[in-house]
Formats: sequence, structure tokens, C-alpha cells
Amino acid sequence: MEAQLIDCGTAQPAFNWGKSWRVGEVEIDAAGMPSKELNNLLRNCMLDGTRHFLLKNVCGQRYIGTRLVGPTKSLDIEIMGTPGNDLGAFLSGHRIMVHGNVQDGVGNTMDDGEIIVRGRAGDVLGMSIRGGKIFVKDDVGYRTALHMKEYMDKRPALVIGGTSQDFLGEYMAGGIVILLGLGGKPHLANYIGTGMHGGVIYLRGNIMPSQLGQEVEISPLDEEDRAILDRYVGEFLDRFPDIGMSKEEILEGNMIKISPISKRPYGKIYAY
Amino acid sequence: MRSYLFPEFQVFRDESKCNQCRGCERQCAFGTHIYDPATDRMQTDETKCSGCQRCAIFCPRNALVVRPTPPYYRPNEAWTREKIDDLKKQAETGGVLLSGCGSDKPFRIYWDNIVLNASQVTNPSIDPLREPMELRTFLGRKPDLLEIDDCGEICTELGPNITVEAPMLFSAMSYGAISYQAFNSLAMAAREFGTLFNTGEGGLPREMREEFGRYATVQVASGRFGIDAEYLNCARAIEIKVGQGAKPGIGGHLPAEKVSSKVAATRMIPEGTDAISPAPHHDIYSIEDLSMLIYALKEATNYELPVSVKVAAVHNVAAIASGIVRAGADIVAIDGMRGGTGAAPKAIRDNVGIPIELALSAVDRRLREEGVRNRCTIIAGGGIRCSSDVIKAIALGADAVYIGTAALIAMGCTLCQKCYTGKCNWGICTQDPRLAGRLDTRIASQRLVNLLTAWSFEIKEMLGGMGINAIESLRGNRDHLRGVGLYEWELDVLALKGAGE
Amino acid sequence: MGFLTGSTLACLADSCFEAMMKEGRVRREIREKEISSCSIFGAMNRDGERFTGEGITRAIANMHVRGNGLGGGFAAYGIYPQYQDYYALHMMFTGGNRQVKREAKDKFEAFLCANFDLVYDEEIPHDDEVRVMDPPLIWRYFVAPNKKGDEARLSDDDYVVGKSMWVNTQIENACVFSSGKNMGIFKGVGFPEEISEYFMLDRLYRGHIWTAHGRFPTNSQAWWGGAHPFGLLDWTVVHNGEISSYGTNRRYLEMYGYKCTLFTDTEVITYAVDLLMRRQKLPIELVSKVLSPPVWKSIDRMDGKSRKLLTALRMVYAPLLLNGPFTIIVANQREMIGLTDRIRLRPLTAATRGEMLYLSSEEASIRLISPDLDQVWTPNGGEPVVGELSERGCQ
Repeated sequence: MEAQLIDCGTAQPAFNWGKSWRVGEVEIDAAGMPSKELNNLLRNCMLDGTRHFLLKNVCGQRYIGTRLVGPTKSLDIEIMGTPGNDLGAFLSGHRIMVHGNVQDGVGNTMDDGEIIVRGRAGDVLGMSIRGGKIFVKDDVGYRTALHMKEYMDKRPALVIGGTSQDFLGEYMAGGIVILLGLGGKPHLANYIGTGMHGGVIYLRGNIMPSQLGQEVEISPLDEEDRAILDRYVGEFLDRFPDIGMSKEEILEGNMIKISPISKRPYGKIYAY
Repeated sequence: MRSYLFPEFQVFRDESKCNQCRGCERQCAFGTHIYDPATDRMQTDETKCSGCQRCAIFCPRNALVVRPTPPYYRPNEAWTREKIDDLKKQAETGGVLLSGCGSDKPFRIYWDNIVLNASQVTNPSIDPLREPMELRTFLGRKPDLLEIDDCGEICTELGPNITVEAPMLFSAMSYGAISYQAFNSLAMAAREFGTLFNTGEGGLPREMREEFGRYATVQVASGRFGIDAEYLNCARAIEIKVGQGAKPGIGGHLPAEKVSSKVAATRMIPEGTDAISPAPHHDIYSIEDLSMLIYALKEATNYELPVSVKVAAVHNVAAIASGIVRAGADIVAIDGMRGGTGAAPKAIRDNVGIPIELALSAVDRRLREEGVRNRCTIIAGGGIRCSSDVIKAIALGADAVYIGTAALIAMGCTLCQKCYTGKCNWGICTQDPRLAGRLDTRIASQRLVNLLTAWSFEIKEMLGGMGINAIESLRGNRDHLRGVGLYEWELDVLALKGAGE
Repeated sequence: MGFLTGSTLACLADSCFEAMMKEGRVRREIREKEISSCSIFGAMNRDGERFTGEGITRAIANMHVRGNGLGGGFAAYGIYPQYQDYYALHMMFTGGNRQVKREAKDKFEAFLCANFDLVYDEEIPHDDEVRVMDPPLIWRYFVAPNKKGDEARLSDDDYVVGKSMWVNTQIENACVFSSGKNMGIFKGVGFPEEISEYFMLDRLYRGHIWTAHGRFPTNSQAWWGGAHPFGLLDWTVVHNGEISSYGTNRRYLEMYGYKCTLFTDTEVITYAVDLLMRRQKLPIELVSKVLSPPVWKSIDRMDGKSRKLLTALRMVYAPLLLNGPFTIIVANQREMIGLTDRIRLRPLTAATRGEMLYLSSEEASIRLISPDLDQVWTPNGGEPVVGELSERGCQ
């Protein structure tokens, strides 16, 4: 296994790992590699000028992308396999593409960048994300977009091809979540938007009012909403051209907009 | 609805001294004092008074006295005035009672039941003014052993450690909860004295990062406000805030009134929305999840910063602390139930958690029993009022203490407990530029430095008396403490002998 | 390890308060609940085809960072076909030295001969090359009950449970940690992969269900018996999370004669499952609604019949609601069940490949041993994933 040949200290890596097939590109076999070792390697490669990574046989390694704070914000990281929890946690730039499913905590407190998942995602996807975009082809787990935020020009977006489990958008304070329901499965999530006080969720398909938290309401789409959907569904299809539907076909479906009733849901519960 | 409440305070004005300068009117943001041009007299609305004493202290003629209203109701041990008034307030509003500052309830203060030792005859006491006396403290994880190679080089990887010149750090107070001026004063004092301040969960304003980042512990709390790579990497240490002594187990809620444009920018949230901190970190539902966040933060900072985990002192705090150390934390911070807050539901503040003295002793003992005490640093906070509290905390096992309420008092706070109104007349707990501007950062930071300096002298004096000239020799050294007036179970938890034993 | 007891065993010393002398004063030591979290994994072949412990060891090892090396263990079903009609008692004999362990073993064997017919016994094979901390003497006995007098009324199962309880509380340094038929628990102090290596699970045993546990306790009670899985007859439980309702659950179960001596959530869950499934014969679908019931808001929206049933279940079994984060994998000879708390505060991923069913804290561990899966999903909170042996499997 190539990984074991590598000196993983903070010193410069010896150039006997991986195979570079073009300048600035590197392929890493992550089989059996502990998380810290893999992330050391990624960082050292980045500092050495690598801009494109292909990670093979990833299986459970955590925090991929987290330590890539440095001279560039535009790395391309392609992952084959199943990365571990906290993929792209605190991510501040870069583009991560996963060919497969991802686990829990993807994009945790992410600030910038893009994560593309060609499969399904586990729980707490995009928790407290403040910037960047996440595209998931299939379904997502519990507590997606929990406490998602926005600030000035930072308006994060989560586009999900399938559906979600409970507590979608809990505490949501900003940003855009789009749930396309493409797999044909009904939306069964409960507690959608519990405690939501900012941002917006667009949901393609139908839901019952009882599935919503008491802090949100459903409203018709306006021009601005249409423009947002047009843009992000377009970007979604760019990333997953194999989805087999056109943008028009998708947007023809029944679209529901869920937004908070108040920016201050708990303003009145205290005695002053 | 007419309120059935008595005013909490009475304001007495000596008309013979008052010259209607209207200073009191300007001082009081609550609107207690009003000038009546018709009579050319100052009027008083006592229902507004918070008892903060700002007007009395700043009255140029000493014409004002503010004092608590006597308990007018028929005396009743069960239904005290506080209980009756709280109940009326809720009947009038239907709301959750809020309060500020730490709990004022008469739980036993163990510091006051512990006495220190001094050397007599068998070993000499030390005069700190003329002999070396060392308070320098390292915060961070230490390895179990040090391997040295033949050339005298250290082979063991030493984890990141922070040096502070005395075992006292400012505890977490966020910009947003306190004013920019107060926040800045803490940062300036930390830099000047050689210790750390703690950003709380409200972020660190960008313009402060270069100048004060090296003196900052930056917090990562459940709200994840203002966190980006630069925030984490400019700091000296990172603290995951799991809980706070004043309100264990519940979230926070910075009302929109306090989210000014600058607070919003620092927290990176839209102006004018409530900043809500969930009760738990939603990526931590278990000890292995905590480990995951600890290592995520270490990854985000290239393993260069120590990571602290702050928890409220609760019933099984010893087991929790042990888990925290095993989860990879370098520092465990424990906040006792008397710890302060800018706003907490009163029911929580006065009823949840345990006193810091018991928690600290239990944690120190448990970590020693399990042989992992050296792997971490313990910081104790929540009710440290004076230098002797500090030294007793060290002897009960703390490496250092957090100072919160004491620091606020040094800046002018009078513990009126109205922090949650945002109208702090002392310019500390407010975002109103007029009020905050009253706090001169130069003076406030000087007061803070003076406090730390005075306490350091006193600590050295007490250490010298015990015949100890380096603070590490007192750490966990309960032989220098005795309990007075404590039950046996209390002595057991504190692992102390009774006086004379 | 504590077991269910009949009323005959009611008068046991309460181990809650252990007084001990320290510096001249009797110090009150109050035992507190052990808090631990972990990784869990389960694999089942629904056609009953047996496989070695190699795969499950790799899978649980892949979640190494979820544990901290203070406990690991496995349960395997179908491993003793040649003795399938006999109870397989796995015993630990602990103590400071070999002599003490031997004495415990002698005492136990005297008791065993008086109460059981012994068919075969041997030391459980282990690899001494594997470095594990302070291993006890571990032995197995295949036995049939030898009931006498009043005890003849008891079912075999209750008899075995009662005797195991007696051993665990009355014979010092002896512990029955597995007592089902044609199954066994293997556990100890260390990372699960070390425990597997120690017992050579990858080459000595073939089972149709395997469950595994990697532990992260918040204290360091390095006791082999304290590791998981926890078992009662052929029921085993592995568990991740901490149950806030422990005190309520425990006090309720004690009314039914269960003695909670281990102070762990897992012990309480095992007894709850035993009470509801084995003794009261409720189906798993209802048991899951007792342990992680729907919230009242959902129940109030249900149709009349379901509403009545769910309301009654919550009313009657309120003390068995497991409140707080948990994921469990419960297994017996015929089934493997995964269940999370009602708002899924702990992770569980389920997957199938042909007749194989996998349950895991993380998907990557499943992919490691079975890269191409037919189906992968994360079940909703409170909804059990049930794997049952097919007809072919039952034969």
C-alpha cells in the first residue's frame, strides 16, 4: 500500500507517494489510511502546489478538506468511496466531489466552497453552514440544514435531489434549501422548519401542514423565487446531467415555499 | 393591566443638596429620573429603578440614596417577597422570568468554609517581596513521559501549550452580550497582564484579530456564530462551549435589539434577527461526537492550538470530565452554578447545577484515580470572588481559574441583575452607543490589570506563608487546606480533613 | 454481570453502597451509572448461512476512532451446532493471580456439578501473542439443567437465568457472561479488533448472525465483564448512547425481579427486551413502540384504532420509554433488530446485499466488507429494522 511509504510529519513530503499524471494533480490511494495521515498528505500536497486530487478507496476517513486552509481556495478534490463524518467541516473554499454516499456532518459550519455528492447523505448535512453550496443527488438524513445562516453576500445553498428525514431546516437562520423529490418518494419528514427564523426552503411535491414546525408558513412563489429555483436547479443539473429530466420538467412540478413567520420566533416568551 | 408589584428600590433625594443639574436623568437609561420644568424639580419613577447605583455614585452633590424597598408583605418564610413578586410578574405577562448575573441564592459557599495552612517552625515561610515566587502556568496537554535522545533533544511530541503569567484568565463574555468597549477592555487587559481573554460565542471583530488574537481563546458554541478559518487560526486556544454554570443544558438567545450592525458583522448574521444558540451542539449527541468536533477543530487549525471543552458543573461532572479528556481535549473548563450570565431563565439559574468547589474536587480526584490528570489542564470558574478563592481552587486541583463576574465588577458592574434589558448604565452589558461610550477602555482595562496585579500579590503572599514558591506545588495539594463547619460527606467530596484533624 | 432472578433470589446484598475506609473515616462511596458511547455493527445472513468473524472485525475496526480501547466485544449465533441443544455458559474467572482464578473456577465447577449435567467443557481458545490487558481465565461449559425439587416447576430458561444470577452475585471472581444455546459472547478490555484477534474469531467460529461493539466509556473501569455485548440467554444487546431515563427504567424493571448490578444502560435495555419479548411475548413492532414511542402529536393524528393502541402502550409502559439518544442492535438465534430513539439522536445505517443484512454506526464500515450493496438507508427514529431468518434459514 503506497500510503505506508509516506513520511507523514509536518515536514515536506517525500515525493514517492501517489502518481502525478499531470503537473498539479495527484492521485492518492487512501485504503487503510488513518484520517490524520490522509489529511496531512492533502495539506502538504496543497502547500506543494497540487490543485487537483483524486482520492481512491476512501472508507470512513474524516474531516477531508478541513485542514486545507492556505494559499488557495480553489482545489478540486474528487473522492471515490465513502468518506467519513465531518467531510468538509469548516470548509473555506475548494470543490469536493464524492462518487458515492456520504455519512453524517457533511459541510459542518462550512464557510465557502462546494460539495457535490453523487449519492445520498447522512444526518446533519450542512449544519450551521454560512457560505458555499452543497448538491446531493439522492436523499438526506435527519436535521439537514440545521441552523443554516447567511450574511451579506454569503447566502449558502443546499440542493437535494431526493427527499429528507425529520427536522429539515431546524433553527434555520438564512440560506436556501431546495428539495426536489426526484426519486418519486413522498416527503415524509416531520418538524420541517422548527424554530426557523430566516432563509427559505423550496420543496417540490406535496406535504401536509402537520409536517411543518409552528414557526413557518407556506406561501406562493414569486418572481424572485422562480429566479432562484431556475438558477440552482440549473446548477444541480449541470452537476448531475444523468438525472434524466430537463430543468423545465423539474420546475413544472408543484413547488412549495416554506419561510419563517417571524425573524424573532421567541421574542415574546420572556417576562421583562 | 395594572401591575400589583411594589418597586424593587426606593430613591431618596436630598432636596437641600439637589440643584437640578439633571445628571441623574442623563445617567439612568431606565428612565427613573425625570426633570419637571413646571416645578423645576427632579421627579422619580421608582418602578423603573434597577438599583444599579449609577446615579447615586455619579451625583456631583451626593444628593441621592438608592436602597431596596423593605419587604412590605406579611413576613412569610415560605412565600418570600421574591416568590410573591415573581409570581405576580408571571401572572401579568405569562412569560419566562429572566435574570442576569450568577445565582444569588444562599447555597453554601465552600470557599468560606475552607482555611489555608501556613508554615510555622518546621519549615520556613517565604517572603514573596524578596524571594522568587512563581505563578507561571502552562495550559494544555502534557505527555506521560519525555523521551530525550543522546544529543539531549526532545523526541516526544509536545502538544501545544499556552503560557500565562498567573493562573487567572478572563472567562467567556461575548461581544453582543457585553459592549464593544467592555470586550475590548478585557482584551487589552489580557495583553497587558499576560493572560487570555475569551471571546464567548459572539465572534472576534476582524480589526481586533491581529492585535489581540494572540491573547484570545475563541469559542465554538452551539450557535456557531462568526466562525471561519481566520477566526480559529488567529487565536491562541479554542474552546468548545458545551455548557455554562448559570444555565446548564439550555441554549441562548441574543435578542434582536442587541444585534447591532457591528454585532451582526462579528457574528456574521443579518442585522435585527435574534441570534439563537441551540441547547446542544447538534453535532454532539454523545461523547464520541465530542471527540469528532475536537479533532475537526484541531484539523481546522493544523493541530497548532489547544482545544478546551467547557461544561457546566452538573451531577456527574467527574465522569463527563474524564470522557472529555479521553475524547482528546487539552483543557477541561468547569463552570460552577454561581457563574454569571447576561440572561438566563431564573428557574434554571437558581436550581440547576452544583457548586464549583465540589465539582472541581470531584473532577480532579476522578482524573487522578484514572491516571489521566496530567493529560489535561483544568480551569475552574463560576464564583471566584477573590485571591483566596483562586488559591483554594488551585489546591483543590485547578490549574487556573476563570474570572467573569469579578472582572465585570472591576469595570463598574454592581450586580443589579438587569443585564438582559440591554440598558446597562455602566456601559458594560449594552449595545446602546451612548451607554457603551461611558466605558473608557483605557480606564476599564487599567482597573482589570490592577485587579489581577493585586490578586497576584495576595496569592504570592499566601503561597509564601505555606512555604511554597512555585504555584505548581500547590496544585491539588489538599494538605494545605482544612474544612471548617462542613458535614462529613462534604469533606469527603472535597477530599479534605476537618480543621484540627 | 447480573441476571433476572426469581423471588428466591430477592435477598441479595445491595451493592449500591460500598463503604470503605479512607484516612480513618468511613467514606460513603455511591456507585454511579457508567456512561459510555461507541460504535456498533451487526451482520446477518437471513438464509442461515454461516460466515466467520473476519468481516465484522474489519468493519468494527474501521470505526476505531469511535471507541477508546476500553472495551470491545462480539456476539455470534450458530457457532456451536454440535452442542445446539445445550446451554453454552461462557465464564470469566478473574483475580489478581492464577491461583485466585483457579479457586473461583473450582468453586464454580462444584456448583455446576450440583445443578447441571455437564456435557463438555474447555478453556476458550485464545491467542496469547495478542497483547490485551489483564485477561481473566475464560472457560466454556455446555450444560443441561438438572432441576430438583421445587425448581422442577421452572422452565429451563428461567432455571438457567436464576442459576447464572446466583453465580454472578454469590461466587466471588466468577462471572457468567454468555448463557444462550448455540451462541456465544466474546468480549474484553481493548479495541474490538484486539478482542477478535485474542479469541481468533476470524478462524475458529462461523455464525449466521454477528454483532459487535467498540466502547468509549467516560471512565476507565477496565473490567472484562463490563464490556459489551450484554446477554441474557440467547438475547444480546449492543448499544450506543446514553439514556436519560435510566433511573426510571431501572426502578420499573426491579419490580419484575431484575437485579441491575452493572449500572449500564445496556443491562437495562436487555432486561426490558427480555421482559417484553420473552416473558410478555409482545412482537418487536410493538416493543419498538414501547421503547421509542411516537410523540403525542403524531399519535393524536392517527386513526382511532392505532391511536387507542399507541395511547395504551404509552400509558401502560411509560416507565420503559427509553428517553435520550440511543441506537441498539438486539439479536437472538432467529433475528437481528436495529432500533434508534424516537428522534434518532444516534446514527444507524442499514444495508442489504442478497440475503445479508447489515447494521452499522457508519456506512463506510459496511462498504468496507461489502462494497456493492443492493440497498442502503438510514431508518427513521423509532422504526425498527428487523432481520428474520427465512424458512431456509430456520432449517
